[in-house]
Amino acid sequence: MSLPAPIHLPALRFGKPYESLERTKLVHFLTGEPVAEVSQIGGAMLGRDMQKASRAREALLRIDPEEIVERLQTAGNLYAHGTLPMGDGRQSPEDFVKQQSATTGLPESLCRANMQKNLFVLSNMDRMLDALSRGLPPEVFWKGYGREQRGVVVSYQAQSPVLGLVLPSNSPGVHTLWLPVIALGLGLVMKPGGQEPWTPYRMAAAMVEAGIPAEAIGLYPGATDVGAAILASCRRSMIFGSAKTVEQYRGNPGVQVHGPGFSKIIFGDDCVDDWEKYLDVCVESVAANGGRGCINTSAIYASRHTAAIAAALAERMGPIDVKPPEDPDAKLAAFTVPGAAKAIWEQIEGGLKAPGVTHPTAAYGPRFVEGERCGWLRPVVAHCSSPEPAIAKAEYMFPFVAVVQCPQNTILEQIGPTLVATALTADAAFQRELVSCTEIDRLNLGPIPTTKLDWLQPHEGNIIDFLYRSRALQVPAETAQAVS
Amino acid sequence: MAPDATAAQKPPVFPVADAAAIAGAKAKLDAHTVEMMAWHFHPSTGCPFWLEYAQSLSFNPLTEVKCYDDLKKFPPFEDEWLRGGPVRRWIPRGFADQPAYVFETGGTTGVPKSRVNMRDFRTDYEQFSATLPEEFFPRGANWLMLGPSGPRRLRLSIEHLAQYRGGICFCVDLDPRWVIKLIQKGWMEHLEAYKQHCIDQAVTILEAGHEIRCMFTTPKLLEALAITLEKRGTTIRKAGITGIFSGGTEFTPQWTRFAVEELLDGAYMTPTYGNTLMGLAASRPVIPADGYTIAYYAPQPRAVIEVVDFDDTNAVVPYGGTGRVKLTTLTQETFVPGFLERDEGERELPYVKYPWDGISGVRPFRALAGATTVGVY
Repeated sequence: MSLPAPIHLPALRFGKPYESLERTKLVHFLTGEPVAEVSQIGGAMLGRDMQKASRAREALLRIDPEEIVERLQTAGNLYAHGTLPMGDGRQSPEDFVKQQSATTGLPESLCRANMQKNLFVLSNMDRMLDALSRGLPPEVFWKGYGREQRGVVVSYQAQSPVLGLVLPSNSPGVHTLWLPVIALGLGLVMKPGGQEPWTPYRMAAAMVEAGIPAEAIGLYPGATDVGAAILASCRRSMIFGSAKTVEQYRGNPGVQVHGPGFSKIIFGDDCVDDWEKYLDVCVESVAANGGRGCINTSAIYASRHTAAIAAALAERMGPIDVKPPEDPDAKLAAFTVPGAAKAIWEQIEGGLKAPGVTHPTAAYGPRFVEGERCGWLRPVVAHCSSPEPAIAKAEYMFPFVAVVQCPQNTILEQIGPTLVATALTADAAFQRELVSCTEIDRLNLGPIPTTKLDWLQPHEGNIIDFLYRSRALQVPAETAQAVS
Repeated sequence: MAPDATAAQKPPVFPVADAAAIAGAKAKLDAHTVEMMAWHFHPSTGCPFWLEYAQSLSFNPLTEVKCYDDLKKFPPFEDEWLRGGPVRRWIPRGFADQPAYVFETGGTTGVPKSRVNMRDFRTDYEQFSATLPEEFFPRGANWLMLGPSGPRRLRLSIEHLAQYRGGICFCVDLDPRWVIKLIQKGWMEHLEAYKQHCIDQAVTILEAGHEIRCMFTTPKLLEALAITLEKRGTTIRKAGITGIFSGGTEFTPQWTRFAVEELLDGAYMTPTYGNTLMGLAASRPVIPADGYTIAYYAPQPRAVIEVVDFDDTNAVVPYGGTGRVKLTTLTQETFVPGFLERDEGERELPYVKYPWDGISGVRPFRALAGATTVGVY
């Protein structure tokens, strides 16, 4: 199937389409064919609309919370299988896959896989909410208080009528993070990624088609000032960015920053001699979803056999090559920003020259592949004889891993911030240390790929804790009995 | 030469100047150029810088510049010459006994560029005053200056404009160098707080019964002021403002449409393009039928804007074509031949009120855009 006809995506000002005089043109990363024009708005327009943000929540609260969840489940089905209105055209699921692949450089198979993730989350929204809220009746989030199962009155106060989102272009998988927001009775104000407007637009179209009020959702494509306006005007917002972005907003209670993950696999001394048994877990953790996610493993720590582990990983991943995006076996995403792949490769090449670093994937051909309009990086496995070299702490948006030799008793001192750690150990003492290690956010005890998420567990903090404040609310004893 | 209207991409929706008016303006510019050469390169009236520089030229500006095009004989003007002292080297001997001002541009880091002025800023704004519609900028009305202050020409110019039109100017302090530093440091909360600090002062003045009807402000501050007033249940127009004079390269058609449709509540806004070297260029009326195109026309013959080829900077691009802004200033106080600005845009047909070339779509020059911080205050 060929690329769908180019479409225009207007801004959605809490449901009202707005066609700007300024538009960016999105083209196919390989051919330069036009894919879409996206209306660009300024931060002030968003700032002005935010004065009416409370209406987004009010529109949702007029609908029963269980009904909202049912509509979201319908939306999931429409998102994955329906043909939906999209800007000045219509979009089938296959159109969506073609368009998303064309502007992001992701293989179509990965675009389809990400659709399934989003569908799963929406289809299981009732279970997710139950897990995230630890079984609270959903009315608590509508009314602000209620009685929990053990009979106590609890109160959850919304900290903002909407969640602001400054979304990335690089990984459609991150959208699962914000999907529960509507079910929690809060609106969405999104700045879509410049190259990946597709998921938020399609999700918004599916939700509206399923009966979620259009005035609960804002989509504001634009330049960096739109992101700044979201952060300045939404009392709660999420931003996806670099380590520098993370540092900039550290300690700001209104901003949840999602940056590099530096996810890791840690071998305990009790399991490392059986390392070959865990090779599949390692390969999946490093290479799934094109290696683009913060949950992809960027370092593997072990006290011994590290050279053999690195060589085996290189043998498995080194031959992975660039394939056309429509090839079902394509595993690598293109870097669509001109010069980006080359610049990253030059940085890696520098890191590989440091003392104590070897490059086992060198034997499988050049890693940097230059295209006419884009570039690719084939998987890189580096072996580090200690945690000292800078490349041991690197993370890149393609299948990259440093296999680091380090004694077990110093691993947890060395790993640094770790979004997901998979610990391969049955040593109870080491497991206790891992559980206590505050550098680790999500911990997998056992051979679970770092890329495998249990949606019923919070990711990077429970979103309910971010959007709601659990606070005291007292009513007279005679009234308390009536609180449902 | 009559403009080649067929080269423009769309038929113009504004009244284009006729050939006679264009020829008349050209003759006036040629005569003015010769007059300026006689002033700037005569030992009794010229400034030390140009008199000394003339020694290095292969031609005599007094005798060999017979029209505007002959200014191409000068090598490109280097704005680095404007950094540092002594600034008196720029003061024409003919004005040696006049009180002088020095105005600065840039200077967030390092030595700013400076231009000395005796009366030029007053003359420029008196001429500009004639372009302001009385209906929206009534004579005698008081003004609010909500824009960059300190060592900038704009602050005094707006005050003079207000006084020239019989009004009094109320001012708010704004230091753009600090604003740029806040952005460079990533201190966005401080940036927001500083902006709000300026806006709060503006709101206080507007609500204090000073009968302010006219305002200069920048697009970013206009947005912030409008939104702040809206939160207080009022608007720019209801706060008394009928006319707004604004400027900046972020003045895009989309921004203007947004301002007209959503921020101004019927107040009139006129965009301008200007800087310390040139003075200011007025715009032809900005209308929906013209796609909110913002086209500026330099105050000829005191200053000339040409849209030139990026590689051959002595050749103007065709009408509708894109090129770099080349600026020539020709006043008795200042002579700047062929200065290549840090902006680019599209060459516009002569307008009936300004029968010479204009420029639209002004934005930072692509080769320098990454290093420029724009739209900051």
